[in-house]
Amino acid sequence: MNDRITLDYGSGGLKTSELIESLLVPAFDNPALSQLGDGALLDGSKKLVFSTDSFVVSPWNFPGGDIGKLSVCGTVNDVCMAGGIPKYLSLSFILEEGFLFSDLRQIVASIAEEVKKAGVSIVTGDTKVVDAGKGDGIYINTAGIGFQRTDLPGKAAIRPGDDVIVSGTVGCHGAAVMMARSGLLSEDNPLRSDCMPLHRISAAALDAAVATAGSESGAVRILRDPTRGGVATTLNEFTEGMPFSIELKENEIPIEPAVEAACDMLGLDPLYCACEGRMLLVCDPSATEDILEALHNVPGGENAARIGTVTEEMPGKVLLKTPIGGRRILSKLTGIQLPRIC
Amino acid sequence: MLCEKEFKNPKDAEAVLEKIRELSALTGPVRLMEICGTHTMAIARSGLKTVLPDSVRLLSGPGCPVCVTPANVIDMILDLSQTPGVLITSYGDLLRVPGSRQGDNLLSRRALGGNVESVYSPMDAIRIAQGHPELEVVFLGVGFETTAPGTGACVLEASRLGLENFSVLCLLKKTEPALRSLIEAEDFSVNGFLCPGHVAAVIGSDAFSFLPEDYGLPGIVAGFEPADLLYSVLSLMQMLAAKRPELKNEYTRLVKPEGNPAALAIMDKVFRPAVSDWRGLGRIEGSGFALREEYSPWDAWRKFSLHLPDEKEIPGCRCAQVIRGVLSPSDCPLFRTVCSPENPVGPCMVSGEGACAAAFQYGISL
Repeated sequence: MNDRITLDYGSGGLKTSELIESLLVPAFDNPALSQLGDGALLDGSKKLVFSTDSFVVSPWNFPGGDIGKLSVCGTVNDVCMAGGIPKYLSLSFILEEGFLFSDLRQIVASIAEEVKKAGVSIVTGDTKVVDAGKGDGIYINTAGIGFQRTDLPGKAAIRPGDDVIVSGTVGCHGAAVMMARSGLLSEDNPLRSDCMPLHRISAAALDAAVATAGSESGAVRILRDPTRGGVATTLNEFTEGMPFSIELKENEIPIEPAVEAACDMLGLDPLYCACEGRMLLVCDPSATEDILEALHNVPGGENAARIGTVTEEMPGKVLLKTPIGGRRILSKLTGIQLPRIC
Repeated sequence: MLCEKEFKNPKDAEAVLEKIRELSALTGPVRLMEICGTHTMAIARSGLKTVLPDSVRLLSGPGCPVCVTPANVIDMILDLSQTPGVLITSYGDLLRVPGSRQGDNLLSRRALGGNVESVYSPMDAIRIAQGHPELEVVFLGVGFETTAPGTGACVLEASRLGLENFSVLCLLKKTEPALRSLIEAEDFSVNGFLCPGHVAAVIGSDAFSFLPEDYGLPGIVAGFEPADLLYSVLSLMQMLAAKRPELKNEYTRLVKPEGNPAALAIMDKVFRPAVSDWRGLGRIEGSGFALREEYSPWDAWRKFSLHLPDEKEIPGCRCAQVIRGVLSPSDCPLFRTVCSPENPVGPCMVSGEGACAAAFQYGISL
């Protein structure tokens, strides 16, 4: 193989086959994929959950992960948040002419590792190559299919008095990527993306709720991973147009000191920074303690915390109680987060 | 920073607030003004206005560098961004500021093919210029004394490198002349100032002593955490209650009376005072910085023979009054109706530090 991706690798001809057979199939080996048909034949008779996501993160590698890991976690997590157990993924690359093969190999290896962790199989895929200058090195799209394990009632079932839980510290992914992009990240900085598959976290929470309240209770109203726009934006999506508000306590929200420092430096707010391995959950207060205990026992859920409650005070809004006892509205993110002047 | 946590999450907040409430009975209604965009946002984020007594009002003055940049300057920058071969580099928050036409900003010009990059530091702009000799790289030098040393240092670096395809469009502003102009205006009605901690870190807390000395107004150089803000308001209230206006420094962990001599030396070497136009305050002599003659090869004003187009009023926009603290954001007829962070009409809404953006994003009263 050459050192760099050339347009030939997207031709659909010999070079494309070479790429698929020498790099991709061995990395993701499974019976459904090795058929190399136009589509994969899958087993299954239960209700399905289906999701897709595209990944364009720049730089493609960042502290705590890379675009490959992210492309698996992003879609796996979307399936989990819809109450599914993820099973199958599709994987499509859009590569820019000139992209280094060594980089692609590294990305493929981290995809393979993450696929294994999440217990899913890559069963179909595609590769295209665009002219130099027409892409940003690499873009990835994944789609995922899972079987439904729990029928989540959704935000319409949220009631005043419900609790809001987050599965871990917030804003790590967004802060890590922004710091990497700014070139300000020193090697000894402990800041890492929180990127991880949430299949164990979501299963632990749902199982705990069923054990406490029974399988028909709907004690867990909704799950969501606060990716773009962060915790603030996701919670606004819960309250928007609904007859309830959510009040958060700033002191209760787990934020790593490194994230806080990075956000102070870049003029960002951790509550608007993307998470890629965190889950927000709204539940009946009777299930809160058991869910938290279950989450604390799952790797990646050690810092899970109850961060707020559902109230009726300002329907449609998310409120934040500050450390000095003040209150403010936490609105949705508008546009992209831009670094400030000073 | 070991102490920062204490300032973020003060244990004695309630006791300080109680003291402020007691003092407010002595002072009667007071209006305190912050003159730094970061203060505007810090106050909004801490929810401070919701815990202070109603008679203690906090107002936002001309502290946001984006907000005080007039629309005709933005129009000129937008035109420059369409010049073939020119790459505009800027701090991020300037990218979304509209000129005199709503929706016309550097981000939208970029989508139309304009060459625009956001940078974290002017030194990044230098590196871009080094890597792209085919481009004329222009850095938009916006800000107060806080960003002036960095901009000055990058001019010195460009001069040291003999970098010919790099220039600075110097729009830097000085705090003191603007404050004096604000205080001397007929509609001025402020009882004390929260002085900008970042500016003071550069020019020193002594640079604000003119407030008590020339105008009998108390001032306090304040930090940006909730406790900084609480203690600073308390201190202003104590001075007002005792009728003993002074200039105090609450932000001693960063600000020295004499400021930062190295930064001041760079500013003095590279810049000279110049006339400058302010949104809301108009043209003020000596309120801006311009590059000294010897650095003219890196002066974008000269390099591109730039001239300011006439200032066009944005119909209905009250940013000018908001910047002077005469109107609250919610007093503007466009606030929340036509003007929002997603579709800003004026700069106070577009800048992350603007008074209108703060009121829109964080305001509890709807």
